[in-house]
Amino acid sequence: MPIQDFETIFQQKINEEIKIEPKDWMPEAYRKTNIRQISQHAHSEVVGMLPEGNWISRAPSLKRKLILLAKVQDEAGHGLYLYSACETLGVSREGTINDLHSGKAKYSSIFNYPTLTWADIGAIGWLVDGAAIMNQVMLTRTSYGPYARAMVRICKEESFHQRQGFESLLVLSRGTKEQKEMCQDAINRWWWPALMMFGPHDSESLHSEQSMKWKIKRKSNDELRQNFVDMIAEQIKTLGMKLPDDKLKWNEERRHYDFGQINWDEFWNVVKGNGPCNKQRLDDRRKAWEEGEWVREAAAAHAKKRAQRQKEIAA
Amino acid sequence: MNFIRKFYYGDIPDDKTGSGLKDTSPIPPSGGGGAGHDWPLWEVFIRSKQGLDHKHVGSLHAADAQMAIENARDVYTRRMEGESIWVVESKYITASNPEEAGELYNPAKDKVYRHPTFYNLPDEVNHM
Repeated sequence: MPIQDFETIFQQKINEEIKIEPKDWMPEAYRKTNIRQISQHAHSEVVGMLPEGNWISRAPSLKRKLILLAKVQDEAGHGLYLYSACETLGVSREGTINDLHSGKAKYSSIFNYPTLTWADIGAIGWLVDGAAIMNQVMLTRTSYGPYARAMVRICKEESFHQRQGFESLLVLSRGTKEQKEMCQDAINRWWWPALMMFGPHDSESLHSEQSMKWKIKRKSNDELRQNFVDMIAEQIKTLGMKLPDDKLKWNEERRHYDFGQINWDEFWNVVKGNGPCNKQRLDDRRKAWEEGEWVREAAAAHAKKRAQRQKEIAA
Repeated sequence: MNFIRKFYYGDIPDDKTGSGLKDTSPIPPSGGGGAGHDWPLWEVFIRSKQGLDHKHVGSLHAADAQMAIENARDVYTRRMEGESIWVVESKYITASNPEEAGELYNPAKDKVYRHPTFYNLPDEVNHM
């Protein structure tokens, strides 16, 4: 069969909402796009542990510490689900991780911002995980089966992340003057980077029409961002805090909130490696990998010894 | 048609990547193709409760079966998702070929008489 026929059949399956599975024929560009997207998503989960890990030992109570530990452990799990999904496309785990460490592969720029106060942990849960959920809910319907299944699993767990974040800020918002200020300050610093998470405006797009056609992605950046703004603009009322945007205003005609301009220079600067923590994040990941070398070796040696012993018992 | 660009977790193109970081790495990029030092890959099956089947939930790397069980417990049963785990090394799974799906499964389509709904019975016995 000529390759055009394969592509036609492939597109028909997509159009009929039939999921693509690892052993199915797929265009090379579809495979590559998925590898890039899933691996960047996996790296984001893993690097995302770092800003939060910063506060595990300094959480204000045992309860908050347990919650944060559970959340960070979830992120590691999410990374694993995604790496596994990525591997079904024929790349190795180690190779994928090396690409992160070498700087070849990217992760979400949001994690290049520092967590300066305890309130940042709440703001990350509410705003950053909240933004992530918008995207991830959409991705539960993505066309590649293993990616979609990983997303279903992740979304089930992610809701806890957002709720604990909001609840943590709620406590601060009802606390002392200092706690209120800390809460507002964290919201001020995380709001715009959270909006940038959705990526550039649709109007600036040149390609990737293909991703929509292949149903890897189903909603545009601006569409998701607007949904997010509408949601947060309402939720913040409960906190009695303010979003740092003078232009934020309900637009009765559009039935959506209007909001101000995003600083795209800052966005590209952080993507290019000049964010506050880019270097530190990658250094930390490399260090963890290098210092874990002996653990990996020891586990392999132990497994070998155990297999040998079992063979001897059997003999 | 919506034109979109996926910069979300996913899709930062190479021309926008951090050149400042690239040269500092002591680790050679492998291009995702793999240096091959990974532990074997294991498929994980979980029984969510006594009386139900074990169901495939995902996969992970581990040095041996014991470690695979331990890791599966940590990753896939953090919220009481299961009470029994099977692991099997992925290389031992033989799968049917999707290209043969037509000849394997389509013949069942025209055998509607294998389903109870094929048979119209008088109302008196219709709960049979």
